[in-house]
Amino acid sequence: MKVPIIRLGKVLLVSIQVDLTDAAALQFQEDLINRISETEALGVAIDITSLDVVDSYMARVINDTASMARLLGAEVVISGVQPFVALALVEMGRELINVDCVFNLEQALKKLEVSIAARGDRGGNRDTYEW
Amino acid sequence: MSVLHLSIRNESDISEAVRQSRAMAGRLGFSTTSAYYIATAASELAANLWIHAGGGMITLQRHGARGMELMTVDNGPGIADIDKALEEGFSTANGLGCGLPGVKRLMDELDIASYPGVRTEIKARKWL
Repeated sequence: MKVPIIRLGKVLLVSIQVDLTDAAALQFQEDLINRISETEALGVAIDITSLDVVDSYMARVINDTASMARLLGAEVVISGVQPFVALALVEMGRELINVDCVFNLEQALKKLEVSIAARGDRGGNRDTYEW
Repeated sequence: MSVLHLSIRNESDISEAVRQSRAMAGRLGFSTTSAYYIATAASELAANLWIHAGGGMITLQRHGARGMELMTVDNGPGIADIDKALEEGFSTANGLGCGLPGVKRLMDELDIASYPGVRTEIKARKWL
């Protein structure tokens, strides 16, 4: 099952709607990093509203994906963590490490906009460098 | 229905186990939070069957008057050091932990019996 990746300006939108199998998770991560480098996306919003059970495997897939996107230089925000997902992840002693989380996709886009603006990066425009 | 045997033969069987365990927990009178804990534990256990044992059987059942039990049985390589399996993995999210510490926290009781290479049986129970 392929996870669609949608470009919206400098940002990529991803909505994970079903538990990913091993193969699907790898495919998704590969697709995403390829799209990021192709489009030089500055931000990625990963929406998990549709996931009502996130086990340690899915949590790891999400964390790893966020880390990969970061290594390429994109900001990452996760949206739509369900209340019971939050409860279960914390109870298990897991968390979405180092990933900003917001309620919904709209806030994710706002947050990305702010963090992209804060780093003074306009996507290939070098005018903002001081030296 | 108070006993359900599900064979985990491919990855999509995992989500079936998750759905069924949440539904059964609801029918047995568990709170929504507990039902999600049980479903998450079922997800971990079923994923373990798939990832570590190449498949197996998960049984969901009422346990006594006030409990629910998830039991997995497999004939995979087994767990050589159960204490280690219970401590590894929860400190980091990127370690390839097998999720058992998570199951232990989500459920009230966890029994593991493993005869490596022969049979591994895990029982996780939660009380109402």
